[in-house]
Amino acid sequence: MSTNTPLLQAERVSVSFGGLRALHDVYLQLNHNEVVGVIGPNGAGKTTLFNAICGLVTPDSGTFSFEGKQRSWPRTDQLAELGIARTLQGVGLFPDLTVLENVMIGAQKFAKTGLISASFGRNTKDEAELMDRAMTALERVYAGALANRRANTLSYPDTKRVAIARALVSEPQVLMLDEPAGGLGPQDIEWMNGFIRNLTSHMSVLIVEHHMDVVMSVCDRLYVLNFGEVISSGVSDDVRRDPAVIAAYLGTGA
Amino acid sequence: MAQFINMLLIGIGAGSIYALMAIAMVLVWRSTRVINFAQAGMALLSTYIGFELVQKTGNFWIALPLAMILGAFFSAVIEILLIRTLIRHSTSGPVAGIVPIIATLGLLGLIRAMIGFIWGNQDIQIQPPLSKVGFKLGQETIALSPMNLLVLLTVLAMVLVLGFIFQKTSLGLSLRASAYSPEIAQLAGIRVGAIRTIGWAIAGAAGAAAGLLQTVNGTGAVSPDSLEFSLLLTFGFIAAVIGGLESLPGAVLGAVVLGLVLACVQIYISGTFVFVVAFALLLLVLLIRPQGFIGTKAGRRA
Repeated sequence: MSTNTPLLQAERVSVSFGGLRALHDVYLQLNHNEVVGVIGPNGAGKTTLFNAICGLVTPDSGTFSFEGKQRSWPRTDQLAELGIARTLQGVGLFPDLTVLENVMIGAQKFAKTGLISASFGRNTKDEAELMDRAMTALERVYAGALANRRANTLSYPDTKRVAIARALVSEPQVLMLDEPAGGLGPQDIEWMNGFIRNLTSHMSVLIVEHHMDVVMSVCDRLYVLNFGEVISSGVSDDVRRDPAVIAAYLGTGA
Repeated sequence: MAQFINMLLIGIGAGSIYALMAIAMVLVWRSTRVINFAQAGMALLSTYIGFELVQKTGNFWIALPLAMILGAFFSAVIEILLIRTLIRHSTSGPVAGIVPIIATLGLLGLIRAMIGFIWGNQDIQIQPPLSKVGFKLGQETIALSPMNLLVLLTVLAMVLVLGFIFQKTSLGLSLRASAYSPEIAQLAGIRVGAIRTIGWAIAGAAGAAAGLLQTVNGTGAVSPDSLEFSLLLTFGFIAAVIGGLESLPGAVLGAVVLGLVLACVQIYISGTFVFVVAFALLLLVLLIRPQGFIGTKAGRRA
């Protein structure tokens, strides 16, 4: 696959909720090894766009292509197999499970045993492989030491890192991060910025984010949504100077 | 002293069967957020099928697992044909969200009527496979017969198998993940729709076991309007709620506590107060500890 082919493309995407227009004719392209940010004022449709790509929302119209091939919008449970992983905004981990088990859930696509054989006990070799993968993913976010802690005992920044490990463990080509910096202090934000930049050697990253500092220092390109439409897109520095973007942000008091 | 031991034996015996029913209700609640009032009807249908199988095979211990498998199958079919569609359609309107729950009440009536139509409204009789005469402890005959003992051991084995599946298998992990957050489970590649059906199927099997064991442990008689099954539904539901509705150990604990409290009332006060106490206990737990014995305050965060 040539790296010039866009990795992921969504075009002319429209979504409405009971007559309320959430997205109108939105487009988005993600190339190999780049970080793309989707920004915009509250209620602009950023998360809806993420949800449409993830199959959590069914678009009224629009096309979806992955690795240059147009295909139907993926079902949510097909994403991992396709090579797309995502973290959810504000959704923590399974509180009763250990950190390692939480990450193992993300590695389900590598579980070879079927449902029937799985119900008679986990295949131990399979199980060991999943644990290895989960451990490796935890170490990538420097959370290996937390593996055996119960998820409900973690600090907030740690839960965010573990949630990212859960997405990384499926070895995605596209990692979708929903507000990775949300609720983090300056030090953790700095760590997150560096971490996301480093990911681009292996994958592409799509981010929804409020923090302009994060967006500007991390993203190669930006799409700006307002009232469900793309009002500007391009290289981050250009977008920052776009009068339409400045007006949208000032106009909503952000 | 003998009276106290009998109280414990009766309480735990009854509680163990409520536990199966409560487990069924918890499994359905966790997988689809539906309180399945038709669980008693489904258990009744499985019991009638168990009756037919006992007639055919002549062996209760062959009929029981077969009836459980058929119970699982019926339950899965109901989830696929009815509940799935109802949930999809009940996203708006004045009764949004509770449509499937109301539908299970309708289903309960429907299944009972259908059983009456097929098997008639008279009692059928299932022979207990073992003696129901209590063991002797010295001079005293205690309230534990070989039949009671086997029911207890069967329920214990089922609870242990379920516990193993939930805690130690990938299927269990998928079931727990889907119950906690369907979105995360789906993003991890888990087919939540199939997992929901499996949750209903396991519930159907547990309900079938509850129905058949309740019947042979009791009078052996069943009719479409069986009071025993109304009690099974009521007490199973109360046990599930006081156990926290989310938790399988909670359901078992709730059922055993309920069984013991009711046995205590029956032996030391009067059998007529059993219902009053059961509902009073339900209200008391809801007032003081609405999250149940084991449920967490936060409940499900999605």
